[in-house]
Amino acid sequence: MYTVFGLGTFTILQGCKMKNAGSVVTGNAATKAYVAPGQYDEFYNFVSGGFNGQVSVYGLPSGRLLKIIPVFSVFPENGYGYSEESKPMLNTTAGQVPWDDQHHLTISLTNGEQDGRWLFANANNTPRVARIDLTTFKTVEILQLPNSAGNHSSPYLTENTEYVVAGTRFAVPLGEGDVPISSFKENFKSTISFISVDKEHGNMDIAFQVVLPGMDLDLSRGGKGPSHDWFFFSTYNTEQAHTLLEVSASEKDKDFIVALNWKKIEEYVKSGKGKKVNAEYAHNHLNEETQQAESKIENEVIVVDHSELAGMVYMIPCPKSPHGCDVDPTGKYIVGSGKLAALIPVFSFDKLTKAIAAKDFEGEYHGIPVLKYESVLHGEVKKPGLGPLHTEFDGKGFGYTSMFLSSEIVKWNIETLEVVDRAPTYYSIGHLCIPGGDTKKPWGKYVIAYNKITKDRYLPTGPELAQSAQIYDISGDKMELILDFPTVGEPHYAQGIAASVIKDKSVKIYDINKNKHKYVAMGEKEAKVVRSGNRVDVYMTAIRSHLAPDNIEGIYVGDEVYFHVTNLEQDWDIPHGFAIKNNPNGELLIMPGETATLKFVPQKAGMYPFYCTDFCSALHQEMQGYLRVSPKGSNVPLRFGIGETAPGVAVK
Amino acid sequence: MKLTTLGKASIVVVILFLATLWAFPMWDIQLGAPQYPDGLSMQIWINDVGGDVEIINGLNHYIGMKTIHKEDFKEFVYLPITMMSFMALGLLVLVLNRKRYYYIWTGLFVAIGLVSFYDFYSWLYKYGHELDPSAPIKVPGMAYQPPLIGYKKMLNFEALSQPHIGGWFYIAAGALMVFVCFYEWKKSKAKTK
Repeated sequence: MYTVFGLGTFTILQGCKMKNAGSVVTGNAATKAYVAPGQYDEFYNFVSGGFNGQVSVYGLPSGRLLKIIPVFSVFPENGYGYSEESKPMLNTTAGQVPWDDQHHLTISLTNGEQDGRWLFANANNTPRVARIDLTTFKTVEILQLPNSAGNHSSPYLTENTEYVVAGTRFAVPLGEGDVPISSFKENFKSTISFISVDKEHGNMDIAFQVVLPGMDLDLSRGGKGPSHDWFFFSTYNTEQAHTLLEVSASEKDKDFIVALNWKKIEEYVKSGKGKKVNAEYAHNHLNEETQQAESKIENEVIVVDHSELAGMVYMIPCPKSPHGCDVDPTGKYIVGSGKLAALIPVFSFDKLTKAIAAKDFEGEYHGIPVLKYESVLHGEVKKPGLGPLHTEFDGKGFGYTSMFLSSEIVKWNIETLEVVDRAPTYYSIGHLCIPGGDTKKPWGKYVIAYNKITKDRYLPTGPELAQSAQIYDISGDKMELILDFPTVGEPHYAQGIAASVIKDKSVKIYDINKNKHKYVAMGEKEAKVVRSGNRVDVYMTAIRSHLAPDNIEGIYVGDEVYFHVTNLEQDWDIPHGFAIKNNPNGELLIMPGETATLKFVPQKAGMYPFYCTDFCSALHQEMQGYLRVSPKGSNVPLRFGIGETAPGVAVK
Repeated sequence: MKLTTLGKASIVVVILFLATLWAFPMWDIQLGAPQYPDGLSMQIWINDVGGDVEIINGLNHYIGMKTIHKEDFKEFVYLPITMMSFMALGLLVLVLNRKRYYYIWTGLFVAIGLVSFYDFYSWLYKYGHELDPSAPIKVPGMAYQPPLIGYKKMLNFEALSQPHIGGWFYIAAGALMVFVCFYEWKKSKAKTK
């Protein structure tokens, strides 16, 4: 009797519980996300690392993590930022900065479509833009940005990768900066850097910087097709507050989307206009021949003030602190997402040009003409959800907008502005990504949600949790959740691209005959140790399964010992690693045909074993050696060798 | 006795077939192991050795096998000269137009073929058996001689050895010559009857 009563109570209690969010997977979701062992994923997904400063690469639809590409943060596991070759990559005017906050990514474009050559990445904290080579998945260039702070609206591209843009989130005083914070209105400016990209090699350079009134530039997109010549930037804090922005930057009903005709500004600058000003910034470049990164401090930049740019810069009013500012695949519509607004305004490029021609202005903002909201508006998506952030497109006439507050993706028709579907996300989605969904040619098969809050999605791991992501199949009318997967770092924006565009160009080994490293040892016969003062260069070779030389004596406390390790292998997936006991430094991973250098300054006399750290072969465990360190001033001669040539081994 | 039209035509065909030895490899040795999903291969040309030789040499040191270098094979000098001379002799047979010379020419081909295969076999034997006694991996009684033709499993590697395009043309040339010899001989018997 009690049992029956107890069960009854339990059932009633269960019945009163709120519906659990985790139970919405339907149909054959598992088979859609399943990539059988040995099979490849259909898409590469390059995902920003947020506060880990790196870029992670996942396969879609499996959600498998394939690689972490070190970009703005040191990565001791492969020596990035620790090896002598890679250290200059992280150099800035403030010295070596070991970390950054990486938010947005864009794959290089040709005719508005992804060409899969390079991946551009922004650093938010110490303003920089990086270029990653998609044949080697290696960071090959990092360019620092002067007159900038919080490089957020970056790295977005023009249709043929003519320019990468970098808009500053924090308005800052140009130049010195030692002024009262309260002088914001007079002294603080926003800048947009236009970084030119060499068509053949991808080399970046700051072509010019456009100076705007002080405000926060948030996100941006280049135009497409008819809007090719234009770039659009969302803004907030047009109130020009410098404290408690939470309240004071949300006062106005509308902020702006800045529309810039970059083509005309380019012509203006090319005609010799603009002002050359002193500005120090680091420009770091990996010389792929010598395998050595070089850092150069540049000291000049061309700036153009908006006051000179009549007819080239306009403001479009946009409700409530817009965040996302996205251009549809046709280039005809610009979607602003007011993160505090209860609607999504969609602007028409056609109406924009007509309104400009008709001078249909409602006023000025620090001298920049402000267009009339209604004259530029295509229409509003009504009641889409709460907290619209970003919009991607499927190429079939629909926009997909992430809703941070209502934690969902909302699909709507671009022409009719009707909401046609909505799908919950877990939880509080930030960015979303449809492979190619920001280009002229989206691969409209999946949309991925990158969420800010994870809570109960996975097994708990203490207070600090992984970030969560979800993949939805969007090939049908309804979005269908097919996979939930944890991610590393804190993803913001991401890029997806069909694997077929990239995978066959992927480099397998470096040709040792093209290795022009200053300290390469082309074969074991060239392995040697050279002393000059207290600098010791060890020209070491690695091949299965020995390091040569593997016995080294005559090194003294305080010597600066550089191990230049050349991996002599020419076979795919045979890297070697290198580490020395008690070295307060990272380790090296050396790819086949590559040379990498690890510095070691011994502090105490003793025996220092070193070994290969990447399990390379059946005799990997034998791939080891000894470095003998003697007190400074002792007379142990410099001797080294391997096998019969090792010191003290008698030749038979 | 003079050659038939077929006999004369066959000389031209044989020369053309043998000329393919300069366009395609003679022999193909394929190696497979779990760690090499795409496989490794080595092609033997009339005057060269190609394919993944460097990778194979890298692996061979585990078992103490000699590394393979083009310069070690004087065959790459002699074999082209021999085959060139043989083809020139074919032209001579065509001009002299006598059955007897055709038979000798064929006999010479068979002899060259046998010597070449024996030579190839002895190289394979030498590589498979003459192992460095201080090799890291030593399996008692194990030899690593790849098959002359066909399939064999050696430790974690599977080996498949077979003629390549040039080799097939070479074999076809020999078969054609032997066939023509019989044909000419039958024709001559028919005439003497």
